[in-house]
Amino acid sequence: MNIQFWVIQVFNGVSYGALLFLVGSGLSLIFGVMRIVNLSHGSYFMLGGYIALSVINATGSWALSIPLAALAVAVIGMVMERVFLRPLGFDPLRQVLLTVGFAFLFQQAALDIWGGNNMDITPPAVLTRSIVIGGVYLPTYRMFMIGLALAIGLALWLVIEKTRVGAAVRATVDDAQMARGVGIDTNRISMFIFALGAFLAAVGGVIGGAFLGVFPGLDFEMLPLAFAVVIIGGMGSLSGAAIGALLVGLADNFGKALFPEISYFTLYAPMVLILAVKPTGLFGRE
Amino acid sequence: MVSQQSKILMVAAGLVVLALVIPYTSSFVVLLATRALAFAILAMSLDILLGFTGLASLGQAAYFGVGAYLTAVLATKFQFGMGWDFWLVVVLGILLGAALAAVFGLFAIRATDVYFLMITLALGQCVWGLAYRWNSLTGGDNGLIIKARPKFGLDLTNEVTFFYLVFGFFTVSLILMYVLVKSPFGKSLAGIRGHELRMKILGYNTWLHKYIAFVIAGGFGGLSGVLWAHTNGIVTPEDVVLTTSVDALLMVVLGGAGTLIGGVIGSAIVLLLREYLSTLVPWWQYVLGGVYVLTILYLPTGLMGIPKRIRQGFTRSANK
Repeated sequence: MNIQFWVIQVFNGVSYGALLFLVGSGLSLIFGVMRIVNLSHGSYFMLGGYIALSVINATGSWALSIPLAALAVAVIGMVMERVFLRPLGFDPLRQVLLTVGFAFLFQQAALDIWGGNNMDITPPAVLTRSIVIGGVYLPTYRMFMIGLALAIGLALWLVIEKTRVGAAVRATVDDAQMARGVGIDTNRISMFIFALGAFLAAVGGVIGGAFLGVFPGLDFEMLPLAFAVVIIGGMGSLSGAAIGALLVGLADNFGKALFPEISYFTLYAPMVLILAVKPTGLFGRE
Repeated sequence: MVSQQSKILMVAAGLVVLALVIPYTSSFVVLLATRALAFAILAMSLDILLGFTGLASLGQAAYFGVGAYLTAVLATKFQFGMGWDFWLVVVLGILLGAALAAVFGLFAIRATDVYFLMITLALGQCVWGLAYRWNSLTGGDNGLIIKARPKFGLDLTNEVTFFYLVFGFFTVSLILMYVLVKSPFGKSLAGIRGHELRMKILGYNTWLHKYIAFVIAGGFGGLSGVLWAHTNGIVTPEDVVLTTSVDALLMVVLGGAGTLIGGVIGSAIVLLLREYLSTLVPWWQYVLGGVYVLTILYLPTGLMGIPKRIRQGFTRSANK
């Protein structure tokens, strides 16, 4: 194992982490604000990929498919939150079962609309090349993924930390009752965050569609990974989600390269330990 | 109010009818009933946690999985458990399920509410990860195929004989779990579900009570897995996947948590959808998803809770 092996593995791990950040940050915000264990979050990722495929088929534009797919999924998420989840109130078990029910419904709908084949999203030619740096081939697409995650992460950070809406979101994460007490409309915050989470997951689905593919079952493949990101990083914290995504991305890559037989175990066992020691995650807000 | 005794009589009568009628139906129904009863042991064990202790576990398929994989690994790699030693496998499966729960419980029991859901999800994923990736032991994605069922005086390849064996295990499990929840130990579990702090103040070691319930549920999960492995003849990572754990939760909630029998009814309904409806129509998942959503929206106390709700409806209108 030479230096090139490590460079490539780190690069792959970081770029996979960038994708996981898109899925995980939304789930983390949703959990932080509403304490909802949302098991249809993986479905948002999958639906994002499928809707993007349809947009590309209709318009031929890959760039257009990202915002359109994400907006469509955000609307789906918003409807789910308003119509079904909010009336349930805080009841983790029933939230879990309701969101799983929706995940099955989405799975069947996707199968009916887009069929059961594994499909790929083809990005523009610029992003399918590789750049050679010091004898190591680095695909431009993975660089783009890292760049996009950084840009989105920065934008989210600015919104959450520097705006009035962001302050209201942080207040709701810390203490929803107090937030309501000082006149913050936590219902609207919840709706906004749920839509934003679905939006981010769908962006991830479009981006991930180029190298994971889009296929039935993608939803439940991504879901536990998203939870790993949230739990390791910490719930309701953006920087936590970023670090969690990076750690999970690297752990997943090195696990598969170095000890494939226990590679998922090495991913989920730390998740258990962190939950047992510090349930709010490494960087979670107390 | 229906008395406890007449409830027991109704369940017993139902079981007798099942035992008498099922063998005369088609082989498909026999297999479906066998599957439902084998899985029902897992659902009932989850009900001990969910309905009687108030612990919603999202990783119960783990114990089911180790029981099933133990059976399959012993059968395929060592030709063990194909004769009288089948009974030894049953004991080992129960012990392994309980042992795994004893380890997992150390991490999980401290957590409450949402965090208990999350940590049991993570623990379940650990087992799934090993099943999926540890190719040399588990056969990876392809799973392990058990070529034949055990033979020891009884020929279990005969579907009806095998049905009666699973029926026997199911009935014994049901009785044991019923005795457990009615025992003083079961009463203190109910106390914990109702108000844990109060039980602590009364001097109960609530952690230990929950831990013991968790381990017992794990043991029954292991038994359920052993039977499941022989019912299907194949064990794959699908058996330990997150959706299997969630299915078990739905079965309990759909039938009615805290009733034991509710989990059995739920198991029959969900497996009927998964195994039978899926062969009839391609859109069966709409029905499964619909059952999930409708159960949560309209059946908060499950199917077993319907008679009580109807009675309450009557008294309410009578009082008007």
